[in-house]
Amino acid sequence: MRYTAKKLATMLLTMVIVSLLTFVAFSLLSGDAATRLLGTEATPEKLEALRRALGLNDPLLVRYARWLLGALHGDLGVSYQYSQSVSALIGQRLGPTLTLTALSFVLILLVSIPLGVMSAKYAGGWLDRTLTVLNQVVMAVPPFFTGILFTYLFGLVLHWFIAGAFPIGGPSHYLGYLFFPALAVALPRIAMTVKLLRTSILDEAQRDYVRTSMSRGRSRSGILYRHVLKNTLVPLVTFLAMTVADLLAGSVVIEQVFAVPGLGRLLLSSIANRDEPVARAIVVLLAFAVILCNLLADLLARRIDPRLTSGAGGAA
Amino acid sequence: MVEIRDLHVRFHDASREAVAGIDLTIHDGEIVGLVGESGSGKTVTAMTLSGLIERKKVSLSGEVLVGGRDILRLPRTELRTIQGREIGVVFQEPMSAMDPLMRIGAQVEEALAVHTQLTKEQRRARALEVLRDVDLPAPEEIYRKYPHECSGGQLQRVMIAAAIVTDPHLLLLDEPTTALDVTVQAQILALLRRLNQERGISMLLISHNLQVVRRICSRVAVMQRGKIVEKGEMERVFTAPQHPYTAKLINAIPHRAQR
Amino acid sequence: MKKNTFLRVGLVLTALVVGFIALGLVWTPYAPNAMDFSRLLPPSLAHPMGTDKFGRDILSRVMVGAGDTLLIALGTVVIGTVVGTLVGALTGWYGGWVDELLMRLNDALASFPSILILLVLVSLLGGGQEHMMLALGIVFIPSYARIVRSEFARARTQNYVRMAELMGASTARILFVHILPNIWHTLLSAITIGFNNAVLAEAAMSYLSIGVSPDEASLGYMLSESQSILGSAPWYALGTGLIIVLLILGVSLIGEGLQRGEN
Repeated sequence: MRYTAKKLATMLLTMVIVSLLTFVAFSLLSGDAATRLLGTEATPEKLEALRRALGLNDPLLVRYARWLLGALHGDLGVSYQYSQSVSALIGQRLGPTLTLTALSFVLILLVSIPLGVMSAKYAGGWLDRTLTVLNQVVMAVPPFFTGILFTYLFGLVLHWFIAGAFPIGGPSHYLGYLFFPALAVALPRIAMTVKLLRTSILDEAQRDYVRTSMSRGRSRSGILYRHVLKNTLVPLVTFLAMTVADLLAGSVVIEQVFAVPGLGRLLLSSIANRDEPVARAIVVLLAFAVILCNLLADLLARRIDPRLTSGAGGAA
Repeated sequence: MVEIRDLHVRFHDASREAVAGIDLTIHDGEIVGLVGESGSGKTVTAMTLSGLIERKKVSLSGEVLVGGRDILRLPRTELRTIQGREIGVVFQEPMSAMDPLMRIGAQVEEALAVHTQLTKEQRRARALEVLRDVDLPAPEEIYRKYPHECSGGQLQRVMIAAAIVTDPHLLLLDEPTTALDVTVQAQILALLRRLNQERGISMLLISHNLQVVRRICSRVAVMQRGKIVEKGEMERVFTAPQHPYTAKLINAIPHRAQR
Repeated sequence: MKKNTFLRVGLVLTALVVGFIALGLVWTPYAPNAMDFSRLLPPSLAHPMGTDKFGRDILSRVMVGAGDTLLIALGTVVIGTVVGTLVGALTGWYGGWVDELLMRLNDALASFPSILILLVLVSLLGGGQEHMMLALGIVFIPSYARIVRSEFARARTQNYVRMAELMGASTARILFVHILPNIWHTLLSAITIGFNNAVLAEAAMSYLSIGVSPDEASLGYMLSESQSILGSAPWYALGTGLIIVLLILGVSLIGEGLQRGEN
C-alpha cells in the first residue's frame, strides 16, 4: 500500500532526526570520556591515545554516522561504566521494563474499558458520579507516591511482597513482584481512559445515526455495542498509543520506587555516571518505541475508520 | 391505518406546547403531507409518531394509534417491536443518519436483524432486493460500500431501502429531499410515489416546501405554532386555501414553479 | 450552578493549599534545616508531621518545599504561556510555511516522552530551580502552542474578527485585544493542565535526585528520603505526598470546572 510505504519512510526519517538530536545532546553533556575513564592523574599522552582509540577526536557527524552504522548491525558501543557491550547490557534490562509496561497496559485495558462503558451507559447514576469524583482524585496522585503507599501498605504492613527484593530469574519469577508497580503506574491512566471513554461515548450517543438505529427498533444497549463503541475506537486507540509511550518513559521513575532492575534505572545510573553510550542508546530506543507505537495506532485507526484511508486517494 | 387524536406534546423546559392538540388520520395506502415552517411542530409530531421522542423530556397527552395500539402508552420493549417493523423512518440528512463505520449492507439489514429470524444469507438476499427496488444500479457494489463513498442521492435511496426492508405499513419521511439538489429531489419523489403505488405503503411526508408535498401527496395538513390550521385534499388546499397562513406558504413558492 | 461544584471545591482547596504555602514563605513553626530535635518523632502537637532522621521538623520542611514546587510550576506556566501564546497566535493566524515548519518540529518533539526530554535538558543545563523552570517551560511550550494555534485558526474565520479587520484594526490588536479575551476559557484550562504536569514532573525529577541539592527542602527529594525509613516513619512519606496530591487536585478541579462551565 502506498500510504503505508509513505508512512514508513516518514517514520524512518523521524527516527534518524531523533537519534541525531539525542546524539548531539549527549555529546554536549558528557564531557571528556577519556579523562573519566583513566582518571585525572593519567598522562596527556595516554589520554590522547585513548581518545584516538575511541574515535572521540573526529567531528560530531562522523561519530554519529559511525554510531548509526554500528547500531544498524546491533553494535551500540561499549559502556564506560560496566565495560560491557551496550546491547548486551540493554538486553539484560529489557525484560523487566517490557513486562512492567505490558502488565500496566493490560491492567488499564481490563479495568478502564468496562468502567468507561458503564459510566457512560448509566451517566448521571451513582456509579457514574462516584467514578467521576474518584477519577479526579486518582489523577492527582503521582505514580511514585502511589508506589510508596503500596510499598508501605502491601509490603511493610500486609507482607504481600518484599519491597526492594526483586526476584532473580525470568519473567515468570518477577511477574508477581511487578504487579504493584504496574498498578501504581496504571491507576492515573485508568482514570484518564475512563474519562475519555465516557466523554466520547456520550458525544457519539448524540449523533444522528443513533436515532436512525433507534427508529429500526434497536435497543439502547444494542446501539451502544453495535454502533457507538466502534465509533469511539479511533480516539481511544490514539490515546492508548500515547499511554504506552508514557508507560515506557514512566518506567524511569517507577523502577526507582520498587528497585526494578530495568531500562529506566539503567538510564538513570548511566546519566548520573555520564555513561554516554548507554544513556543515548536507551533514549533512542525509547523514542523509537514511541514512534513505532504511534505508527501502529495510526495504521489501526485506518483499519477501523475507512474515511481516513479514502482521503489518501484510491477510493474504490 | 394510523390515527392521531388530540395529540399534545410539551417539552418540560418550554413555555408553550410544541404540538397543541392535533388530529390526523392516514388511511392505508395514502400519502399525506404535513407542511409548516420550522418550529411549527411538524417534526415533533413525526418524532412522537415514530416513538423516537424522549418520554422523559416531554409531557404527552392524546392518542397515537398504529394498528390499534397506542404508541404513547406502549412499554418501551413493545414500542420497539413496532419501530422498524411497522413504521420505517427516513431522515433529512442521509449522510449523518448513517453509521460512518458500518458498511451499507449491514445498515440496510439492521431492521431485519432486529425483527426477524432470517439467516445471514437470507438477509443479504433481501437487502439486495430492496436496494435494486430503489433503483440503485449495481446493488452488490453499494452493499459493500461505506456511506462516505456514496453520493447524497444514493444514500437517501439506501435510507429508503433500509426503511422498507421489513415491509412496514407506514413510512415516515422527515424532509427527505431537503438536503438534495433539485434533480435528485425529483427522482426521489418519483421513487416514493412508485413504492406507494406498487407496495401500497402509506406515507407521511413532512416538509416545509408545499411544492414538494404537492408532487406526491393526496391530502395535506398545514401546521402553524403546534396546531393544524388547515387540512384537506391536496389540490383543493393548493388552489383555494382557506387559511391565510396556507395562502402565505403558497405565495412563498416562486411563481415559475406554479406553472 | 450545580455543575460548578468542581470549580468551587477546586478554588477553595487551592486557596487553602496556597495559603498554607504562602504562610511558609513568612513563617514556619521551626527553621526548616534546624536539626535540634529528637529524630524520627511521630506526629505530635509540637511536630504535627513528626521529625525526619536528622531531627528536622517535617511540617516546616513541607511548607518550604511546597513553596519551591509552586514557584517552579508557576515559572513554568509563565514561560510556557508567554512563548506558547506568541508562537501559537502567530502560526495560527498567518499559517504558511512558518506554521508548517513549527508544527513539524512540534511533532518531532512530541515523539519524545516529556520525562525523557526533561532528563536530558536538566542534565544539559545543570541543576538549580531556574534551570528546572526553563526545562519544564520548554517541555510545556509545544502542547500549549498547539492549542493556542487551533483556537486562533478557528477565530480567524469568525465574524467578530472579520468585523475588526474591516474596521482597520491592526493585526496585533486583533490577535491580543479581540481574540485572546474570547478564548481565555480554553487557554485557562490548558494552563491548569500544564501547571499540574509541571508539579508532577518537578516532584518526579527531584524524587530521582535530578536537578536538586540534598539540603534543599524539595518535596520529591523528601519523598525519596522518606522511602528508606518508611517502616519506622510512614508519616513522613504521607505528609509530603499529601501536599502534592492536594495541590494537583485543587488545580485540576478548577480546570475541570472551567471546562464544564464552558459547555
